[in-house]
Amino acid sequence: MQIFTCPFCGPRDEREFHFIAEAGKTRPDTLNQISDEDWAAYLHSHRNEKGHVREIWMHTTCGELFLLERDSVTMEVLGSTALREAGQ
Amino acid sequence: MTTRRLNSGGLIDRSKPISFWFDGKTYEGFEGDTLASALLANGVSIVGRSFKYHRPRGVWSAWVDEPNAIMNIRLNGKEQPNCLATTTYIEEGMAARSVNAFPTAKYDIKGGLDLFHRFLGAGFYYKTFIWPDWHLFEPAIRKMAGLGAVDREVLEDFQSAQNHAKCDVLVVGGGAAGLTAARAAAEAGKDVVLVDDQRVLGGSLYRCGATADIDPDEWVAAQKTAIENAGGRILTHTTAYGVYDHGLVALVQSQGFGRAPALWRMRAGQVIMATGALDRPITFAKNDLPGTMSLNAAGEYLARYGVMAANKPLVMRNNSHASATIENLRAAGSKVEEIDHVDGITNQGRKHTTGLRIGKDQIDADGVLVSGGLTPLVHLWRHAGGKLDWCETRQAFVPKPATDAMIAIGAANGTYDLAQAIEEAEAAGKGTPIDRPSTTYTTTLIDTKPHSKGRQWIDFQHDVTLKDIEVAARENYVSVEHLKRYTTLGMAFDQGKTSNMAGLTAMAALRGKPIPQVGTTTFRPPFVPVPLEIYHGAKTKQLWSPVKRLPLEDKHRDLDAAFCEYGGWLRPGWYGSGDRDATIQKEAKAARDTAGIFDGSTLGKIEVMGPDAEAFLNFVYYNTIKSLKPGGIRYGFMLTEGGIVYDDGVVTRVDQNRFIVSCSSSHVDGVRTHLEAWRQDGNDPDRIFVHDQTTAWATVTVTGPKARDVLSSLDTTIDLAPDAFPHMTFREGTMGAIPLRIARVSFSGDLSYEVSVPTGHAETLWNAITAAGKEQGVSPIGLEAMSILRAEKGFIIIGKDTDGETMPHDLGFTIPRAKKKAAFIGDRSLHTEKANADDRKVLVGLSVPDGEPPLATGAHAFTETPTRRSLGYVTSSYQSPNVGPIALAIIEAPHAKVGDTIKIWHKEEVREVTICDPCRFDSEGGRLHA
Repeated sequence: MQIFTCPFCGPRDEREFHFIAEAGKTRPDTLNQISDEDWAAYLHSHRNEKGHVREIWMHTTCGELFLLERDSVTMEVLGSTALREAGQ
Repeated sequence: MTTRRLNSGGLIDRSKPISFWFDGKTYEGFEGDTLASALLANGVSIVGRSFKYHRPRGVWSAWVDEPNAIMNIRLNGKEQPNCLATTTYIEEGMAARSVNAFPTAKYDIKGGLDLFHRFLGAGFYYKTFIWPDWHLFEPAIRKMAGLGAVDREVLEDFQSAQNHAKCDVLVVGGGAAGLTAARAAAEAGKDVVLVDDQRVLGGSLYRCGATADIDPDEWVAAQKTAIENAGGRILTHTTAYGVYDHGLVALVQSQGFGRAPALWRMRAGQVIMATGALDRPITFAKNDLPGTMSLNAAGEYLARYGVMAANKPLVMRNNSHASATIENLRAAGSKVEEIDHVDGITNQGRKHTTGLRIGKDQIDADGVLVSGGLTPLVHLWRHAGGKLDWCETRQAFVPKPATDAMIAIGAANGTYDLAQAIEEAEAAGKGTPIDRPSTTYTTTLIDTKPHSKGRQWIDFQHDVTLKDIEVAARENYVSVEHLKRYTTLGMAFDQGKTSNMAGLTAMAALRGKPIPQVGTTTFRPPFVPVPLEIYHGAKTKQLWSPVKRLPLEDKHRDLDAAFCEYGGWLRPGWYGSGDRDATIQKEAKAARDTAGIFDGSTLGKIEVMGPDAEAFLNFVYYNTIKSLKPGGIRYGFMLTEGGIVYDDGVVTRVDQNRFIVSCSSSHVDGVRTHLEAWRQDGNDPDRIFVHDQTTAWATVTVTGPKARDVLSSLDTTIDLAPDAFPHMTFREGTMGAIPLRIARVSFSGDLSYEVSVPTGHAETLWNAITAAGKEQGVSPIGLEAMSILRAEKGFIIIGKDTDGETMPHDLGFTIPRAKKKAAFIGDRSLHTEKANADDRKVLVGLSVPDGEPPLATGAHAFTETPTRRSLGYVTSSYQSPNVGPIALAIIEAPHAKVGDTIKIWHKEEVREVTICDPCRFDSEGGRLHA
């Protein structure tokens, strides 16, 4: 059981958190023409990187989303940043 | 008759005798005895039978690595299987029964199976029962297999306490190293927890300490006092059985026999592993005979329990560590004779060893004690991801250098010398760890000689012999993971604690490779078997998945409501104790004839506010929200980005910048998360605010032709006249002094008002409406009747009448897909090849021929051409008192034209039905707008 740190509430058990998305994925502007391939990539393609990853998580008990940086191999947590500060 | 108990020594209390039973005979032991020590003291040598050949088995070890002495134990009417005699402390009246043996371990009727060992080698089941079909043989084989039996009685009050705790330093193991490290860490100001799985702290000190000029009792007591004085906590009877991410260590704390052990989820800043080392067996012919025991175990039985395992034993050892134990045994009067291990050495005897035979020479003895070298207990180290090095000097895998999070000390680290272990532990406890000291320990690898005569046991419990390893190697199951699964080596109760190193050594010898190249199998938690109950604790039934309760529950109970769970809420299914179906029909009819009163408090009420609320909801909803006027209500869908319908419901625009999202009752948490995620990620969160008010307002719905008449008699400030308050509008006002909201929306297809007040006033509202209803002959209706009413109208329930592929146009809502100007969640997905396919499943109604009963929900529509396949299925089906049998279904569009007939299959029965409009009642909507 991992411990994540909510930027607002502090360190908590992983069961209080909910994964939202990999960070840095922007929604295509759907008012423009978007190819099936680009849309499919947005929907289904994830980097799923080994090592340092940047992810958006929600702390479900307070409802805030934040940027979580962690190592997907060692499970080390590298840091949490509020979304506003992360400039996402 | 206590033949092997010494008059003094050990940690037992000779003034407190305890009677217990084993295989139907009564014996006596002392407080502090384990079942195994008490049986040994009584001269009982056969304690069980092996898994496959039913060979007699004696006690091998003195603690958790015991492969043989597994028992079913009963005490005070509670029976538990899988109890290790070596770790179960005796209690008065305890009755133990050997396993895999009938009638007793000593006289087992299946003992004859051993004669067929030639045919029962590795892979026997795989090879023999493959033809014609394993499943023919499986029941009989399963019946023969297994160790012990589970009692069918439910253990009442067998509930594990769940403790959550944290500490700076967790020391696992209360031997000399663990105690020293814990004291040093505690005295350095750390918050320390020490756990030890035995009753008495001290580890192997009682066996080894005397030689190092340490009085174990005094020394242990001094360390314990020092630890506690420095604020450290000590948990005995507690096993650390798993290490997980971020310093989480699972501890299981015994509460005595028959009582559920407690679970500790210990979060440790640092784990110091002082878990000790085990003694390895030596592989030789008939080495499984009772009376053949680990030398260290014999030392433990002497030191801890005052039991002499053998009075005239032969000892075979390959290491220097064994000397101290041999010395202790001799000092206590045992006539130990040391024998070198040579090829062809064979155990003698049938049910107990009578000595060893070397060539033609027979050496008589009453026991054979073996020490095949020490194996550091690295299980927890490996759970935590620690790596191992092969140490040639020690002939063992030892932990690689420590990390900040964990460090191994003492015998667990290969530091077997007591003085060195204490020095190493002191340094680790102080936070200034030292490198592993060079050792005085010496050992020689005993070569496993393949193809030698006699059966040489590797895994005592699962009857894996050296020949089986040879078979596995010959058939190319050479990877240790394959070897394990093919031969079941190390898959017994002890999970290879005794057998794995012997198996590896054998495989290495067979392949002519060094041991480290053969590798080890994966160490996984739990280190010792734990009952599943420990994860369960008090989290059962209501506490596992708490049901949500209505503020008006008591009022419904007064009316004898039948409560059922709907989407996590406990709600009235119908009212009264009469026949279920008849009552539901009556309620559904009354709601159409006059009106019904319905508790709608569970409907979502998520308020979305702020200057960007309109644009936000316009993006979140499939439907256009922008054009909704204040006071107006609109029905709509929320989609996933994949274009799938996620939720439906109405949105109310309270004023320009304030909306209420009324999502499905069971979806509120999901919708709130969905809204929050999009609000914060992709929008300016300062301009939108999402507030879930679902439980802050109680809602009573009045539906039916007389709904307005019922509400008219309430003292409210809201004008109910049809022109002043049309369908799909929202009004705020008061009822007396109580704030009041009325939404004129309908899930029934009739004139319908959802009346809400702050939850604290729920009863006032309910009393007023039911009193007014009474005058009009209007009563409450339950959810079952409401389900019929909505199905008559073709109104869907998301997740029931839709599935994971349903898009809005499949439900007939096509306009936003074609015309909406703004972007919305899922928009692009509605224009893919899949979304445009001709054969999508669409929502239809199904009509059965006159006189036939309703269809079965879930029944499939099918075609025979070109081959039989499903075309879709019935999603909702009811007997309606108003229009007869009704059904909704999702059917592939080419087969779903109104007026077509289609075949429905259910449990071998085929029925022919007609596709119709989903709406079967008041299709012009006159009643809705009344």
